[in-house]
Amino acid sequence: MRQRLARLSFAQLITLLALLVIFTVILILPLFALFSKAFLNSSGEFAGLANYVKYFSTPSLSSSILNTIDISLWSTVISVTLGFLYAYALTRTNIRCKPFFKYMALIPIFIPTIVHALGLVYVFGRQGIITRMGFEVALYGRVGIILSEIIFTFPQAFLMFLVALEFTDGRLYEAADSMGASGLTKFFKITLPEIKYTVVNVFFVCFTLAFTDFGAPKVIGGSFNVLATDIYKQIAGQFNMNMGAVVGTLLLLPAVLSFIVGRVVNSKNAGTVSAKSTKLVVGKSLKRDTFFFVFCSLITLFLLFLIACLFMGALSSYYPYDMSFTLRNFLFDNSSGGIKSYFNSLQMSILTAVFGTIFAFVYAYMMEKTSGFNTLRRYGKLLSVLPLALPGMVIGISFIFFFNSPSNPLNFIYGTVTILVVSNILHYFSVPFFTATGALKKLDSEYESVSESMNIPRWKTFLRVSVPLSLPAILEIFMYYFVNSMVTVSAVVFLYSAQFRIASISITHMEEAGNFAQAAAMSLLILLVNVCVRALYEFIVKMIKKRNNDDKTRQVKEST
Amino acid sequence: MSFLEIVQITKRFDRQTVLSDVSAQIEKGELVCVLGPSGCGKTTLLRIIAGLETATQGQIIIDEQDCTLLPARKRNFGIVFQSYALFPNMTVLENVAFGLKQKKQLSREEREERTVDILRLVDLLEHKDKYPRQLSGGQQQRTALARAIVLEPLYLLLDEPLSALDAKVRVKLRGEISALQKSLGITTVMVTHDQEEALTMADRIIVMNNAVVEQIGRPREIYDNPATPFVANFIGTMNFYDHQGNLFAIRPEKVELVGRTESYDMVARVKALEFKGALTRIYSTLMDKTEICVDIPSEVFDGEKLHEDALVFLRMPQEHLREYPLEKAV
Amino acid sequence: MRRILSLSLSLLLVFSGLILAGCSTSQPKAEEKAPESQPSTTTPTTPPPASDEAVKGSITVYTALEDEQVTEYLAVFNAQYPDIKVNVVRDSTGIITARLLAEKDNPQADLVWGTAASSMMVLDDQNMLEPYAPKGIERILPQFKSDKAVPTWVGIDAWETAFIVNTEELAKLGLTVSDIQDYDDLLNPALAGHIVMSNPASSGTGFLTVSGVLQMNGKTSEAGWDYLTALHQNVDQYVHSGSKPAKMAAAGECVIGISFGYAGISQKAKGAPVETIFPASGSGWDMEANALMKKSQINPAALTFLDWAISDEAMDLYKVNYPIIATGGNGTYEGYEIADPLKQLIDNDFVWAANNRDDILNKWAEKYDSKSAAQ
Repeated sequence: MRQRLARLSFAQLITLLALLVIFTVILILPLFALFSKAFLNSSGEFAGLANYVKYFSTPSLSSSILNTIDISLWSTVISVTLGFLYAYALTRTNIRCKPFFKYMALIPIFIPTIVHALGLVYVFGRQGIITRMGFEVALYGRVGIILSEIIFTFPQAFLMFLVALEFTDGRLYEAADSMGASGLTKFFKITLPEIKYTVVNVFFVCFTLAFTDFGAPKVIGGSFNVLATDIYKQIAGQFNMNMGAVVGTLLLLPAVLSFIVGRVVNSKNAGTVSAKSTKLVVGKSLKRDTFFFVFCSLITLFLLFLIACLFMGALSSYYPYDMSFTLRNFLFDNSSGGIKSYFNSLQMSILTAVFGTIFAFVYAYMMEKTSGFNTLRRYGKLLSVLPLALPGMVIGISFIFFFNSPSNPLNFIYGTVTILVVSNILHYFSVPFFTATGALKKLDSEYESVSESMNIPRWKTFLRVSVPLSLPAILEIFMYYFVNSMVTVSAVVFLYSAQFRIASISITHMEEAGNFAQAAAMSLLILLVNVCVRALYEFIVKMIKKRNNDDKTRQVKEST
Repeated sequence: MSFLEIVQITKRFDRQTVLSDVSAQIEKGELVCVLGPSGCGKTTLLRIIAGLETATQGQIIIDEQDCTLLPARKRNFGIVFQSYALFPNMTVLENVAFGLKQKKQLSREEREERTVDILRLVDLLEHKDKYPRQLSGGQQQRTALARAIVLEPLYLLLDEPLSALDAKVRVKLRGEISALQKSLGITTVMVTHDQEEALTMADRIIVMNNAVVEQIGRPREIYDNPATPFVANFIGTMNFYDHQGNLFAIRPEKVELVGRTESYDMVARVKALEFKGALTRIYSTLMDKTEICVDIPSEVFDGEKLHEDALVFLRMPQEHLREYPLEKAV
Repeated sequence: MRRILSLSLSLLLVFSGLILAGCSTSQPKAEEKAPESQPSTTTPTTPPPASDEAVKGSITVYTALEDEQVTEYLAVFNAQYPDIKVNVVRDSTGIITARLLAEKDNPQADLVWGTAASSMMVLDDQNMLEPYAPKGIERILPQFKSDKAVPTWVGIDAWETAFIVNTEELAKLGLTVSDIQDYDDLLNPALAGHIVMSNPASSGTGFLTVSGVLQMNGKTSEAGWDYLTALHQNVDQYVHSGSKPAKMAAAGECVIGISFGYAGISQKAKGAPVETIFPASGSGWDMEANALMKKSQINPAALTFLDWAISDEAMDLYKVNYPIIATGGNGTYEGYEIADPLKQLIDNDFVWAANNRDDILNKWAEKYDSKSAAQ
């Protein structure tokens, strides 16, 4: 113990413990409060596995598991394929308009998921534009959910593949070329093996997202039951919290599975890109480029079409019966929160982004850049991946049970914007944590050693060195938190208060009230601010890169 | 008592022993090199001296104070890493001044003066406003050195400080670092895997292999009297051969080439010839296939008219022969 | 490191403190402002004198009334009580009830307004409601208030099963509104796949429709279930909201939505080509009711609100949106052409429906809900 203390200073230990305690309080304790209900009967007595027995012996409930797996598998397989091809087109071909294609693919993350479904109704619904052209799709139900989940998960898959495909060692391909390997051989012998872990990860991320999504099944799921709508039915329809908790535990299945597989995959996942790697030079191939250009154009067109339909819905008086132009739909009724909910959303998203970024980055720093107390840190890492798997609704309800208990000293945050911010920070924690960890891993681990030799306090090194050097990653985390807080529904629907309504919830209410046009209008406003934030992020990162490059050219000039 | 005492240090990671019962004494003002192949534990030893790693067993005593459990920041040392670890977001000046800012007892002027002095000492004053990425490798190295000594530490630790540089700069910096070290009189421990570097720079060398110390001594002692076959082989080149159940070793330049009529100890067949400038190396094999190489001055070689497959007659002068127990053979 | 942590922690605290402060200065939380002089109420509350506390302060109201109704009604309330700040949490009946139940140990709401009586019964069962007889309770028809001596909840209006028919889409099927007048008309094979109904397991409207059909067919006899089975052949989907079938019909996403009257009529007012048909043989129905939440400190302003919420002034407001109000008067809104709306309502046995709710839902789910998987 004394030896350990010598390494990990007292202050660091306190910080580490504080972070873990905070995380435990906002994640583990609320979950415990909820899931313990799965083993109680409605009068609060211990019921063992009785609820599970009941669940699995009720066909209308248990069939949801198969349904959920069914739609998740389909949408994942299609998303992974499309995402891969799209990322491949942007990294390994010479097609034009790459930046344009890249940003178009991100559109779906900038709007709430129920809006994807809403857009699909405008396109494929009974009165949808495509349907009216005579091309009918049985949208409501399985097909609609799958389509909607594809739109939802495609950008995630695309982004992950983009990162994986961007980093490669060009020398491998040069060597293969010198041996006369064909394009196909190179693909199967170099490209695929290089990204096989990414494929597994993407698969799990998409699967989990589709598995736990609530927005799409609610809007266009029809009578097709999935676990997320079952929770809704149990909790909001039959007020059966115990059965809701049972369904909640089932929603964690892919998370548990991916954690097991993830451990196996990560332990084998060693980087192959070394400092000596050269950039891949993409060869010429008209046939390939034509194919991928058409492919990317089709996807982009579809997404743009979806947005165009939202515009059309937002700007017409009563789609499809009165198509006269109007801006009236942007004058939101006060009753749904009105335009104030939009500003509330901005406020909440900024708060989430500021505190979420601080929390995620400091947390990742403590995990990555300190040593000693390995058991504590292993626990910390386990906590950090859990939120990825938690459906928002589970977080929302568990927060009510935990924070609204009068005996909870943290009760005072209930019903304030603080609890919304905390739930968002938690809900979207995992990706920022991975981003921060990745950035910190790239920093020389000796920065800390050097500082220590100079007796510089750790926090000063953190602020003066680690933070400035990780600025692009920090901005990315900030943007991620902001964008997601703008569109989140599932967790906050149980937590928002009378005084503080937010735009994404307003959209749900507008949709429920049949105000599709206003919902579309509000979605466009959200899309607008998210696109601006993204553009600002790209601009700043570009400036940072430009400054660094200027310095380098100056150096070259001076040395010649 | 020596300035820095390493007392029976053992370090284990999980089940792997990285350092096993390592002891050494380092005197004040000395430059000591820890030399060994990669993975021998030398960097871990350095980190334990720095307090960046804790030993599983043993003690570190610095200036008569037991520092075994003292954290790095309280040990007052300077360190230069192989990567230099210069803060990329700070200029040369800021890098060097970063640590000084902690010294609240110094006035602002004193701090500035000290920084400028040090930069002048390492000849970087004109580059003070550049960022590390704008510097050459050698300049970066000197910045790291300046940063390490600006706080006037009790001792200096260098972890492979030259291995990232190209050959020419490396040779030049060897001399500069040695000169600086001598002029400051600062006790220095330097880790390296480059035997030439160790031989030219060190006052004394600690040779390590497989977590243990093989030998400690002055460069000349180690070269002339390697304590183990490993040391013999790792530093310079050594011929080993088995003779009547004993393992003998001799340096290539000590083997004498003699005529067939003179008294000789061995007969060997020439396998290859290598012109190395002042010397020429003859690779030959004995009848039992043991390889023996011989270095002779190139002008002597020119007179011998040797060619591949020729037979050579070798004499091994008794005074240059070393004998090792056979089981320790490499 | 420690300083960073304490810095960020204190920042966090300061920030949340500021936010809290911001909230409580501009919109004080109900329980904070509750005057200490008010004794905690465990015995039935009598109407308080019009004290200062009763016309000032801030209350939190949970409601399932429609967004636009809430805005309109509150404007009227605040005209009379400008110093009572009403904070409204509005959501669907299910979400509101689930939140109230989840918050059971520490209720946030001071009162519930315009939320289904079936939900009120659930809350009452959990002993979460404080008995209170608002001023003018005697005007409320007996079947519109809880049967306790001092009522735990008081109804304000009723809503009932209605068919919302999109006339343009119906014409495409070669039918007219006159073909859709009663339950049996929905079994017309031409309508196969064109009907949307709300799921009784997630929607109060869905449940009152199913319960109504069963009660009209003799409660326990199989006739009711036979009808639902036949209807199931024509139903395209069961959705998770009571008003959604009406909205889908309005948007042309289905031809007929089985929903409730107000949902259809308000869509027509917005310009949708729909007609609202009340089935000739009667409608299943439920009422919307108000209740006082059981809390350690009852905010007097909440009582003021509950009194107002059944006043003639309020009833006149409800009247515009609901055909039936709890004082017995008839609705006055356009598009409602039934002479006596009370006659449209079946003789609803709420106790039977509440007691058999679980069984009905399980049987319904088994028959129709699990089938959706096999599509």
